[in-house]
Amino acid sequence: MSLDFFREKIVEAAARKTPLRLRGGGTKDFYGNEPRGEVLDTRSYAGIVDYEATELVVTARGGTALSHLEGILREKNQFLPFEPPHFGEQATVGGCVAAGLSGPRRASAGALRDFVLGVTVVDGRGRTLRFGGQVMKNVAGYDVSRLLAGSLGTLGLIAEVSLKVLPRAPAQQTLCLQLEEGAALEALNGWAGRPLPVTASAWHAGRLWLRLEGRRAAIDPAVAQIGGERVDAEEGLALWSAVREQTHAFFGGADPLWRLAVPSTTPPLALGQEARGGTLIEWGGGLRWLKFSGEAARVRDAASRAGGHATLFRAAHKSTPAFAPLAPAVLRVHRELKAAFDPSGILNPGRLVAEP
Amino acid sequence: MGAALPARQREVAEALRAFLPARAVLHEEEDTRPYECDGLTAYRQLPMVVALPETEEQVQRILRTCSAMGVPVVPRGAGTGLSGGALPLGDGVLLSMAKFMRVLRLDPKARVAVVQPGVRNAAISDIAAPFGLYYAPDPSSQIACTIGGNVSENSGGVHCLKYGLTVHNVVRLRGYTIDGEPIEVGSESPDAAGYDLLALAIGSEGMLMVVTEVTVKLLAKPQCARVIMASFDDVEKAGEAVAAVIAAGIIPAGLEMMDRPATRAVEQFVGAGYDLEAAAILLCESDGTEREVEEEIAHMNEVLTRAGATRLTVSRDERERLRFWSGRKAAFPAVGRISPDYYCMDGTIPRKRLGEVLLFIRDMEKKYGLRCPNVFHAGDGNLHPLILFDANSAEQLERTEQFASEVLEKCVEVGGTITGEHGVGVEKINQMCVQFRPDELEAFGAVKRAFDPRGLLNPGKAVPTLARCAEYGRMHVRGGKLAHPELPRF
Repeated sequence: MSLDFFREKIVEAAARKTPLRLRGGGTKDFYGNEPRGEVLDTRSYAGIVDYEATELVVTARGGTALSHLEGILREKNQFLPFEPPHFGEQATVGGCVAAGLSGPRRASAGALRDFVLGVTVVDGRGRTLRFGGQVMKNVAGYDVSRLLAGSLGTLGLIAEVSLKVLPRAPAQQTLCLQLEEGAALEALNGWAGRPLPVTASAWHAGRLWLRLEGRRAAIDPAVAQIGGERVDAEEGLALWSAVREQTHAFFGGADPLWRLAVPSTTPPLALGQEARGGTLIEWGGGLRWLKFSGEAARVRDAASRAGGHATLFRAAHKSTPAFAPLAPAVLRVHRELKAAFDPSGILNPGRLVAEP
Repeated sequence: MGAALPARQREVAEALRAFLPARAVLHEEEDTRPYECDGLTAYRQLPMVVALPETEEQVQRILRTCSAMGVPVVPRGAGTGLSGGALPLGDGVLLSMAKFMRVLRLDPKARVAVVQPGVRNAAISDIAAPFGLYYAPDPSSQIACTIGGNVSENSGGVHCLKYGLTVHNVVRLRGYTIDGEPIEVGSESPDAAGYDLLALAIGSEGMLMVVTEVTVKLLAKPQCARVIMASFDDVEKAGEAVAAVIAAGIIPAGLEMMDRPATRAVEQFVGAGYDLEAAAILLCESDGTEREVEEEIAHMNEVLTRAGATRLTVSRDERERLRFWSGRKAAFPAVGRISPDYYCMDGTIPRKRLGEVLLFIRDMEKKYGLRCPNVFHAGDGNLHPLILFDANSAEQLERTEQFASEVLEKCVEVGGTITGEHGVGVEKINQMCVQFRPDELEAFGAVKRAFDPRGLLNPGKAVPTLARCAEYGRMHVRGGKLAHPELPRF
């Protein structure tokens, strides 16, 4: 399908003022506020546009399957450093960027948005706009490509995206330590202040897993410094995949799943004790997952008291907005940006921020 | 752009003196003169009034006052910028953030520092050093430039391939909109809710908000670092060697290239120990634990040798490493010594087009009769060709500008950009019309209006109006012969 097809759909919907639900494989339908509108499936606009390993940049169309892109990178021993969760086989590159979610490597390598170099987008007026490019350094104009990362399709349809990629590390070692929550947080923040090759962490129910990556020459002395038990390579891979894809047992069960982003040094949250399913901590302490069925306000308060924010990530029924409320000045800018890129308000309306 | 009427100047200065101490409001020419330009000295303009606030509350009141009076405001850090982003307006207030020099919080455990915008880039790493931490972006002006200016320009440096730019190392900004409304973007917790306004604000050249507080990420300092100086008898081979290093799965901590005219200028100035016979040299750095660095340096040596390096020298100790870097970091002032003036360009290109672009620059040297040494952040494709000229000759200045504009347009043509890290400012505003289409420029305008509906914050920078592009397009067709030489061309 050519991009004109999508452009025409958007122009038509804008003229009729009927909402469109931009959608890739639908693997993240659960994320954000209730999607609404007529589905516009992006998967027919697919393919790798350009990939030159020595440039460390890949450009793909939005509808490309994320697993296909990752496969292409693997052939050249490269990968997406932000380790995006797929949440299903149908995940697309465009959906991945629109959701803006990063995986276990977030604390060490950076977030998805850090690797977005350029985007081609069809906005709510049907204009095809290109921002950024295929180069690492680019300060011409405002950084609209990064603005689109995590915008949940509310500003435009991500037609094409250029991402920075990196070579895979030559070696990997997972460690497991027995530590209580408070001690684990202390330890994680301590290690992060030292030049250790920790690329992922996960704590749950008294056990802390760490992933070390790099040259063997860097890993071995780090293992000696950190201690703990060496986890078998295959078991390690399975664990990090289960954390990234939320197939770990913690993520099961019917209670709503909350995602709290907090400063990494935040002490154990009292709510964690109350949550029936307990808590799982990633990103060196900066990300706390909570299975909690109590009042939303309590989670939101706990997060904001710590200087962070809480997202209702997965729930059978979302009785509260998915995302934390925005400060007045920020909300005003949000509304202005939305109105500028999508004046008819037809693109994934309300998915990120409630309509005025 | 012309000077404001004395009555208006008096009116604005008086309104500001109502709440600012007399010494914090300047309007006499002898006092405002030091603010007439930033690092891009070819463009000068006296501001109507200079304001030097010391507190957030004062910043807020200045903005409210200017906003109410419809006076444009130009924020300024240390004034080291190279694209004229802090060029004053003759009918505007120049808002100097120089007095915001305090470190508000250093949290070694959380690895963040909260600083005011006037804190110097290098000072952040200095205060973090006792904790084994540092702030990664290191623009070559780092001893003088401020973090506020770095935020405005999204500054880079020689280590960004591995450690990122300002946008990757700043997590939160606090400041005010043009109406004096407080605004906070980003957060100390990962990935703040809503649109990524932090990414928009960084690199926005002071056009979206006035920043009063910056939270930066601090990284653990690697145990050791060593750098290889590799010589090549051909510039293109040096470019291919860069690709070979990346293809071998190595991300060097720094990867820089200098051509012979550049190394020769530098050597006279600092004595960095460069190979002056080489057509080009690469500086390729590894950092990490001692054993890791040893292994990686060996790997790099092997790749560089295979790629045709004619000589390899590895720094033996920290002193020698810093000496090798001193030449690269002093490249601009060194070139300043061999020519009355130089004009620094800042295009970024896909690395694979390097050979082609360097040949193009050589042709331009002949076409315009001006010399042009090259320094290059090779790892991330960011070129800094330095055109040598004499600003006392108006004709040479004009040739220089045409030379530069042809090179920047070449960068766009090969899939790159007109500015990698110095910003658009007033300098490259015409080339924005080449890189972007009208719809995209209109979208930038909409972003600006979302923060600043009346266009009072640093107007006229970074994003050209469509009318200006139409005018530039007309000028362009005439092959550099300007239709109205009497018009100021910013």
